Amino acid sequence: MKKTNLKTVPETVPMGAELSNSAGLPSVEELKKFYRDMLLIRRFEEKAGQLYGMGLIGGFCHLYIGEEAVVTGIQSVQKPQDTVITAYRNHGHMLVCGISANEVMAELTGRAGGCSRGKGGSMHMFSVEKNFYGGHGIVGAQISIGTGLAFAHKYSGDGGVCVAYMGDGAADQGQVAESYNMAALWKLPILFVIENNQYSMGTSTKRHAAGEFYRRGEGFGIQGERVDGMDVLAVREAASRALDDIRAGAGPYILEIITYRYRGHSMSDPQKYRTKEEVEQYKGARDPIEGVKKILMDEYGVGEEALKPIDQEIKEIVREAAEFSQSSPQPDPAELWTDVLKEE
Amino acid sequence: MSVQILMPALSPTMTEGNLARWLKKEGEMVKAGEVIAEIETDKATMEVEAVDEGRLGKILIAEGAQGVAVNTPIAVLLEDGETEAAAITPAAAPAPATQDIPCIPNAAPVANSVTPTAQAAQAEGKIIANRDILYAQGMIIEPPPFDEAPFMERTQPMQVREALRMGMSEEMRRDKNVFLMGEEVAEYNGAYKVSQGMLDEFGPDRVIDSPITEHAFTGLGVGAAMKGLRPIIEFMSMDFAMQAMDQIVNSAAKTLYMAGGKLGCPIVFRGQNGAPGKVGAQHSGCYASWFAHVPGMKVVAPWSGADAKGLIKAAIRDPNPVMVLEHELMYGQIFETPIDDEFVIPLGRAKIERAGSDVTIVSFSIMVGKCLEAAKKLEEQGISAEVINLRTIRPLDRWTILESVKKTNRIISVEEGWPFAGIGAEIAALINEHAFDYLDAPVLRVCAADVPMPYASNLEALATPQVDEIVHKARQVCYK
Repeated sequence: MKKTNLKTVPETVPMGAELSNSAGLPSVEELKKFYRDMLLIRRFEEKAGQLYGMGLIGGFCHLYIGEEAVVTGIQSVQKPQDTVITAYRNHGHMLVCGISANEVMAELTGRAGGCSRGKGGSMHMFSVEKNFYGGHGIVGAQISIGTGLAFAHKYSGDGGVCVAYMGDGAADQGQVAESYNMAALWKLPILFVIENNQYSMGTSTKRHAAGEFYRRGEGFGIQGERVDGMDVLAVREAASRALDDIRAGAGPYILEIITYRYRGHSMSDPQKYRTKEEVEQYKGARDPIEGVKKILMDEYGVGEEALKPIDQEIKEIVREAAEFSQSSPQPDPAELWTDVLKEE
Repeated sequence: MSVQILMPALSPTMTEGNLARWLKKEGEMVKAGEVIAEIETDKATMEVEAVDEGRLGKILIAEGAQGVAVNTPIAVLLEDGETEAAAITPAAAPAPATQDIPCIPNAAPVANSVTPTAQAAQAEGKIIANRDILYAQGMIIEPPPFDEAPFMERTQPMQVREALRMGMSEEMRRDKNVFLMGEEVAEYNGAYKVSQGMLDEFGPDRVIDSPITEHAFTGLGVGAAMKGLRPIIEFMSMDFAMQAMDQIVNSAAKTLYMAGGKLGCPIVFRGQNGAPGKVGAQHSGCYASWFAHVPGMKVVAPWSGADAKGLIKAAIRDPNPVMVLEHELMYGQIFETPIDDEFVIPLGRAKIERAGSDVTIVSFSIMVGKCLEAAKKLEEQGISAEVINLRTIRPLDRWTILESVKKTNRIISVEEGWPFAGIGAEIAALINEHAFDYLDAPVLRVCAADVPMPYASNLEALATPQVDEIVHKARQVCYK
């Protein structure tokens, strides 16, 4: 792979005028909430990585470290009736949807206390109460299903919007284009979010995607924009604009959010396809959590001490989740047979 | 409290690795997320990050160490004020990563308590709790009860397409969450006129023409069902459903299980399945065994008008994904069909269309008619054939099939699909496992020829099961 000269983002996704920038600053409470939510994802995922290393989490485990600002920014401007759907890099989405860290972690370890009672695993988790519809293991499938959630919002007239997340790899799927078509044709209330972390597993966007993701809706008349995904305020701002547009009845909207995952595609990814320098560039200069922390300190005069209680709270949540995920029993053997079909 | 840092695994199969390098020294402070060491195997190198913050109290495994077993403590992380001495305790045995999955013995076959009888009357059936679980475990259970006779007192002659339409329309009047989506279902009135007039009655919000994009409109239906609607997704041909196989199998059928029962998918898929004649290999497939292979799916295949109405209604009311396999050549056939709104055939219950004592013929969809014709010919030849119309393919009414074969001691299956891993193969396995001692002859199958469907009329006729072949195979198991 050609070594890229990094300042802010790789040359495959140049930053510039096309990127939406954050507008006015939010309240200190809001900023602290962003800091807290992103930190929760970060620490939770680090712990998940550790438990994976200990053999307590099996199979695939796709971490969201580095991408925290995307889901945190969008969720902050959603309404309670909105639905969320994504693929398998889903732990962060679940946490900001309000699903307990205990339930998520215990699902990763395959325990009865997991949100799918240990039968789903890292890639297959759902919560109807929290309007989180998965957690899907098939790349791109969640976009058609999300279009169906949007169809149901419109059919029932509940005023909700479906926020459907996909990676840059999924954005290439045929059914995504099919879904754009139906969503635009029927003006369905759906926000398509492309979490462009610049690698489709080990293949860079330059090698797997023609054109620009945010412009792929143009032929269908879908508005799209590109957003800096390392800046939670920029994400929030763009999502707010997009959701307003959708709620006004304009139909779907595409946000391509440029982000970066610090870890491999999954835990078993040796990451030979990118340089350490590239990763360090993001971790060092563009980290979303450090970014919010800096704003809090520089613009609002919030000292490091004032954030300590948040750090402590998160540490406690994650510690408890790790403990619960190991103390919760394995599913009862009888669970093998249940939930194949729903009894009438 | 001090924390032991363990040798991590890079993959589920890794058992040991080398500790290539320590990036932190004893006594140094580390932050959560900071890289503290590098480990490697022959395949990859990985960074070990601290999960907690603290001071690196003691390095237990020196850098350069080879073959360090996964989960071996490699260092100790101390909290503020802790000393090394207090922290170093004998390494606890690592928690077992996995335990053996307890083996659930398959439920034993139900004792053969029913004595063979020449009577044709079908079992009254039983209401059984946890029927689906018992079915999954391979149990032979009586089908759900159903008394069809009262419904057959109020009938009208109608085409199968009208019976389907009547069933769907009644359910759409009953439940506002039911909607119909597919190619040409609305303004065109249905490619086969099944949905004729439904747009006029229910309007464009509930009878919806889709683009020709099976993959995504199936996914759309799945999503709508997850959110509480009751979609009916029509495929113009089941051959086209292959485009949507992923959404049917991976999304619709598996979600309830993957969600631990918290999110289901009440959806109906329906459309023409099988060979309508002279349309070649890509419009003639019978996909019964494809769909029936999947746990989490139900599959029905109506033959008559009553089947069509009663099964489509049951499919719409069922809280699971149900595949309704219709046949183009049946759409125009006329049957006396119950007009009652509550004529709902329970899924999982077959129907004995014709009683007999010498041989059992099991079939579904269009082939039921051919089997009845064959039975008539066999009667003329002195052989009494019992014809079972499966109606539901999954869950298969194993009980009715087994009771019949215990009586006749001979069985053949007839289907329009291919032989390999087909419905007939499943029936043969069922008989082998549960009624082997009752057999007077091997189970035989009548299937499509094991070739893609040819276009030429003569070849097509050779590839499709015909009445004479059914007669021939039935005679064969009777050694006549």
